[in-house]
Amino acid sequence: MSLDLEMEEIHKIFFEESFEGLDVMESSLLNLDVNADRETIATIFRAAHSIKGGAATFGFMEVSNFTHGVETLLDEMRNGTRPVTPEAIQLLLQSVDGLREMVKAVQAKQAIDAKRIALLADEIAQLLARHPGQLAEAATAAVVVAAAPGPVSSASGPADAAPEFLAGGPGWVIEFQPHRDMLKTNNEPLRMFAELERLGALRSTAIVAEVPSLGSLQPDACYLRWRLELAGAVERHAIEEVFDWVDANSTISYQLFGGGVADAVAAGVPPGAEPAADSELAPLAVIAAVADTPLVAAPVAASVAAAPAHKGAVDAGSIRVSTTKVDHLINLVGELVITQSMLSRFADGCSPDELEKLREGLTQLTRNTRELQESVMQIRMLPISFAFNRFPRLVHDLSRKLGKKVELKLSGEGTELDKTVLEKIADPLVHLVRNALDHGLETPEVRLAASKPETGTIELAAFHEGGNIIIEVKDDGGGLNRSKILQRARERGLVAADAELSDEQIHHLIFAAGFSTADMVSDVSGRGVGMDVVRRNIQDLGGVVQISSVEGRGSTIRIRLPLTLAILDGQLVRVGADTYVISLVAIVETIQAQKDRLNAVPGGAELFRLRDEYIPVVRLYDMFGVEPDSRAVEDGLLVVVEAEGRRFGVLVDDLLAQQQVVIKTLETNYRQVTGVAGATILGDGTVALIVDVPGLVQVFNASFTGRDTLAA
Amino acid sequence: MSTGTTKGDKRLEAAEDAGQYLTFQLGREEYAVDILRVQEIKGWERATRIPHAPDYVLGVINLRGAIVPIIELRKRFALESTDFGPTTVVIVVKVTSPHGERTVGMVVDAVCEVYNVAHADVKAPPEVGSSVDTAFVKGLATVENKMLILLDVDRLINASILDGIGAVAA
Amino acid sequence: MAGVILAVDDSASMRQMVNFTLKGAGYEVVQAIDGVEALEYARLHSVDLVLTDVNMPRMDGITLVKELRALPSYKYTPMLVLTTESSQDKKMQGKQAGATGWIVKPFNPDQLLATIARVL
Repeated sequence: MSLDLEMEEIHKIFFEESFEGLDVMESSLLNLDVNADRETIATIFRAAHSIKGGAATFGFMEVSNFTHGVETLLDEMRNGTRPVTPEAIQLLLQSVDGLREMVKAVQAKQAIDAKRIALLADEIAQLLARHPGQLAEAATAAVVVAAAPGPVSSASGPADAAPEFLAGGPGWVIEFQPHRDMLKTNNEPLRMFAELERLGALRSTAIVAEVPSLGSLQPDACYLRWRLELAGAVERHAIEEVFDWVDANSTISYQLFGGGVADAVAAGVPPGAEPAADSELAPLAVIAAVADTPLVAAPVAASVAAAPAHKGAVDAGSIRVSTTKVDHLINLVGELVITQSMLSRFADGCSPDELEKLREGLTQLTRNTRELQESVMQIRMLPISFAFNRFPRLVHDLSRKLGKKVELKLSGEGTELDKTVLEKIADPLVHLVRNALDHGLETPEVRLAASKPETGTIELAAFHEGGNIIIEVKDDGGGLNRSKILQRARERGLVAADAELSDEQIHHLIFAAGFSTADMVSDVSGRGVGMDVVRRNIQDLGGVVQISSVEGRGSTIRIRLPLTLAILDGQLVRVGADTYVISLVAIVETIQAQKDRLNAVPGGAELFRLRDEYIPVVRLYDMFGVEPDSRAVEDGLLVVVEAEGRRFGVLVDDLLAQQQVVIKTLETNYRQVTGVAGATILGDGTVALIVDVPGLVQVFNASFTGRDTLAA
Repeated sequence: MSTGTTKGDKRLEAAEDAGQYLTFQLGREEYAVDILRVQEIKGWERATRIPHAPDYVLGVINLRGAIVPIIELRKRFALESTDFGPTTVVIVVKVTSPHGERTVGMVVDAVCEVYNVAHADVKAPPEVGSSVDTAFVKGLATVENKMLILLDVDRLINASILDGIGAVAA
Repeated sequence: MAGVILAVDDSASMRQMVNFTLKGAGYEVVQAIDGVEALEYARLHSVDLVLTDVNMPRMDGITLVKELRALPSYKYTPMLVLTTESSQDKKMQGKQAGATGWIVKPFNPDQLLATIARVL
């Protein structure tokens, strides 16, 4: 891979990681609202620190510079030198937003909103300038000063006369007395001297005066001192750098001889001309050799600091793989599933003695394939916390704005679902939560007046239920106002004046396009364009949305989604010569249809009496223009499906198997087809279409427009 | 005139409409498609019908895991229908569309030959004289004293698929 | 082979960058995402140099160096901490824990290689 490509890859990782870090910062900052524990602050600090470090390394200086202030602020909080105030949290939250925008801009190679960043940076600087933090600043400074004396003090060396070795040219004499424990940190003088040799010719003299007798000699202690003569016009700074790692604990003096450095450069003294090794270095070699022999183990620190493994750090041992690669893998596995079921069919025509073994092999293949498919699908699965994480912030901001008190409860954040489903469900969820907060929950005064607790509750829950994932958005607010909705729906011509509707149907009207009640409009949650979009998004994911509400007590919106968009639990049905797949998510039950329960109503629609309910009958052969076995209702089966808050009976000739099918889109090579959600390949290699139940019902309803009782 | 049947003659012309063409029979006429567009040729098999599709879209088939629509060219060009016989084949072509690459099968009476067509042999399509809508014809070429109708498969296929949308309106 | 380097950083991009640079120079690189993972690895395998970030979840770089130095087999292994310029105290803490030296962030690949060449 070329360098540029590789760097681009690394940048990509940096951006993703920064966004994750910012999310961590955000959610942890919101946690600080509740309890400001050290570990949470440390987590936030670390995230900021990583972003700063990475940005600086990759040359995104605006990001790095801005983060520096944020990091300093957090560092002071972490050290306990600055209190965690709501103002500081708010400012940090804003900084997270600012940083997110900034990283996005850098990623898109666009200009950064410099004005906004400058304003934020200014606010941070002002906060930093204010009181508490200075304490920490001073402390740090003190350390710096304390560290300084080593290199700075030019303790007068023994040799004041210019040494011979320098031969009248410029050069340094360095007295180096290392700390006795220097070797323990693997700082070897030999390496440092080698380093010095790169700067100029070196002569080193070891002073062995302090080496004790062998009996009391500790093999890894450093008893030697050195006198180093370095020839050449070398900058002091360059020498200091060689000793940088050891200077704090060692005594080092520098003495400059000969003409000014400038002269020396003119004289052109060749650097590193002479090897420095001479016999006086021998003792060091001895020590090094001793050090190499195994030593008695030093007492090992008894316990590894067991930091509490807190938080939703998702990264642990993960790799980043492009979804294209994963999707390719999923497609291949899908093929494998089909091949396997094809082979299973061939087994039926096999000779009896071979059959046993073949069956055995196929059973194993089936199991392996299924497991492979499950684990491959698993790669695309992400915890729903990725979608839930944004809500604490959203609720925090919005409740302030609306002057409402609310507690957000999250549960089942670890519930996993397909990445694409996750991405597509995020926006609808935001809308639903906004709605719950804006329209559902009452103001504290109203709540108190209704003898409810002042603080309202919004619950977001996710869990599995029979191969599907359920997401619930529940509030304990005012609930839906039945009569207001009905009145508005009549005004809008969505419902006939005399239509009798069940509670469920009325509640469902809020999902109708263009529906909104007058006092529902605010600047927070839209202008009546939202809920129908929410419903459509959920339907596009093959999901179902239900709403239940009790006036005065609150509402619950329940979303049922398939775990993945790649496979579907399907019911195979037959109409004439064609096989179709209906998603099990949509099916309520399947019944034998009796003719006497079927009523034709004016306008051509037919209603079937299902217990105490009348459901419209959708003749699939009519909708799809195919030839059925029979047109008589009693010869077929009614598959009762749910869509748009209503039940429908889909008439088919026969039910076939239930099976998992791999969903393939028709759009790749053809186009979208109304009433069809996609296609799949069956075990015999033929293609079956997957019925799009909500789409089908819409077409069905449209075909009665102007005649239906529901129309105005 | 640089004409001639070829296998192995890889000479490529600079002009867009020159190159190797696969020809096929449809009624009395011989049509040609750019061989670079042809993915494979396969026997006819029953397709799964698609609702609301125009009559010339026979349905979709499984082509090694891909869902591929099948277009019956006789119907598309409003030629008289005949029963599918032993020579009936599906030419699977790749076309480019605004949505990316599409793979589509075309049912034809029979495949004929591969010809090298030079730019000089190609003439602009006439306004009349063919049963095919001239919008789908890139040009006419004379090869071995035969007239070949060079099809613009991109336009043909994309228009065929888009046409269907009108049929959906309930 | 120029030696095995254990690179410890909780940031994937930094790890990638270090890995890319060092591999290009012929070193073998083992990556760990924090002190705990690094220590676990180091207990079971031998490495020629440890290069660690300071701020990491679970176990920070300073603690890692301390823990490693306490292991007999890591008594003389060079250990470098990655630190930011501002944190002079971190450098000192690193030293006290037994780090050989430090590399100041941000660094470029050449600086990284030059520094490593000093100890390996």
